[in-house]
Amino acid sequence: MADNNTHLTAAQLTKKIAARDISSTEVVSACLERIRSVDGRLKAFVTVTEAGALAQAKSVDEKIARGEMVGALAGIPVAIKDNLMIRGVRTTCSSKILENYVAPYDATVIEKLAAAGAVFLGKTNLDEFAMGSSTENSALQTTRNPWNTDHIPGGSSGGSAAAVAARMAPLALGSDTGGSIRQPAACCGVVGFKPTYGRVSRYGLVAFASSLDQIGPFARTVEDCALLLKVIAGHDRRDSTSADVPVPDYPARLAESIKGLKVGLPKEYFIEGLDKNVAAAVAAAVTKLEGLGADVREISLPHTGSAVAVYYIIAPSEASSNLARYDGVKYGFRAASGNLLEEYEKTRGQGFGPEVKRRIMLGTYALSAGYYDAYYGKAQKVRTLIRRDFEKAFETVDIIVTPTAPTPAFRLGEKVSDPLQMYLSDIFTISCNLAGLPGVSLPCGFSPGGLPIGMQILGRPFDEETVLRAAHQYEQSTEWHARYPNV
Amino acid sequence: MKITNKEVEYVARLARLELTDEEKEKYTGQLEHILGYIGQLNQLDTAQVPPTSHVLPLANVWREDVARPLSPEDVERLLANAPDRDDNFFRVKKVIE
Repeated sequence: MADNNTHLTAAQLTKKIAARDISSTEVVSACLERIRSVDGRLKAFVTVTEAGALAQAKSVDEKIARGEMVGALAGIPVAIKDNLMIRGVRTTCSSKILENYVAPYDATVIEKLAAAGAVFLGKTNLDEFAMGSSTENSALQTTRNPWNTDHIPGGSSGGSAAAVAARMAPLALGSDTGGSIRQPAACCGVVGFKPTYGRVSRYGLVAFASSLDQIGPFARTVEDCALLLKVIAGHDRRDSTSADVPVPDYPARLAESIKGLKVGLPKEYFIEGLDKNVAAAVAAAVTKLEGLGADVREISLPHTGSAVAVYYIIAPSEASSNLARYDGVKYGFRAASGNLLEEYEKTRGQGFGPEVKRRIMLGTYALSAGYYDAYYGKAQKVRTLIRRDFEKAFETVDIIVTPTAPTPAFRLGEKVSDPLQMYLSDIFTISCNLAGLPGVSLPCGFSPGGLPIGMQILGRPFDEETVLRAAHQYEQSTEWHARYPNV
Repeated sequence: MKITNKEVEYVARLARLELTDEEKEKYTGQLEHILGYIGQLNQLDTAQVPPTSHVLPLANVWREDVARPLSPEDVERLLANAPDRDDNFFRVKKVIE
């Protein structure tokens, strides 16, 4: 009975908890039991907040017993990527430099989740400072793909994706700077949603690349993603880049038909090098969308091929600036040394891992005197061209459908020695961040080896509703979301 | 784009990163490789294209500059993360001789 609860979606669990069919304590205990039994192998969590979770669950159960009003996610367990702050809980960013850092305040998304009655199970592993596509850049541990433990879970939110896929949590939060929610969702066979830039407050998210970072949900169904997104979305005066745009009731219109919805397939995404199983799965999904009444047509996003190059100037440049704060003075690791300059250099040299140092070097180079216009300035201009491609496309289509990643999850260790190859695994997800669009990845098939394949749907800025509705309609016409990895 | 060991040392100094000789050699090759790939952007004519620093049409977002008092618990939470402290201060190396 307890283990069966871990199969249920958040939407099902909220109804059962509100009706007092099951208690939040039972649901949370089942997740904690599941973590104890499988996470020794998968290593999705870096911190499990068992005592806090049980206390939160008890408080929700007591409120329900007293007949008090409870929030939209009352008693529902959520796993949180370890670059989001929960007051009093260690927030490591999977980095040695923050290994012992205890968050002094709550992120806005954490405040909103707590107000909605959600229960925090713990903090999930990531590529150090969210820089990577496989979670292998974590300085703390290596997370494995629940479908095949020789393979990566994707990254950088690999811990959150693996936790949801392996039913350790029905919901999780991640962050997405160049695909860090959507690519691991594809690798782990779950739904991962990156909202429009500005839709969700970044207050309390440890900054990586501030013009690209966005927090978003993981779940096993689109409906659950919509539920979680509704709770975390909205304007926040503590994040000056959060948008003052009304938040629709995301779950409300999922059931509406997509008949006549105009779907664009960008020809630049269906290219040589795309795994043939991925191509076939996405093609079959497109046929399914047509069967649901969608009007599918080919479109062109001519600057797609430049996206990775633009991203690997802009993201490292912003990162090199954001990560200047790790100086060993107010928090984090300090390598004591002779004078202040040496102390900075040793602290950062020893505290950061190889990928973070590589990106700081790349960003510092791109911003340095004499190179700024040639690299950073050029990348900002090409970013405009990429945005214009989408603006033009969205004059004729409502959503854009692509593969999420060019291949299913690759093997652990396969790309660690070649950074550029690793960067190219984000080739289909990066443009969405550069243009600030909403995008989702959801399961659309499996490789012959049993690894999940993800389809990406992109929408107009602040039109999360249409993306979610198309994703939900497709999902409900398939059975991919009903499959579970055998762990 | 040729990157030299000297340039890597210069950039590492700007970024306040101590690198081992092995790291310097590794990053020299990798930066050259990555910047070589990024060089493809030079094939695009962007003379008439404005830059995008940010996707939202936001200019300056103002608020009143009001000091909010912190509770002693909050002060302690902030200072508890300090590598070295003295009472309610962060302890650092002397910067002025």
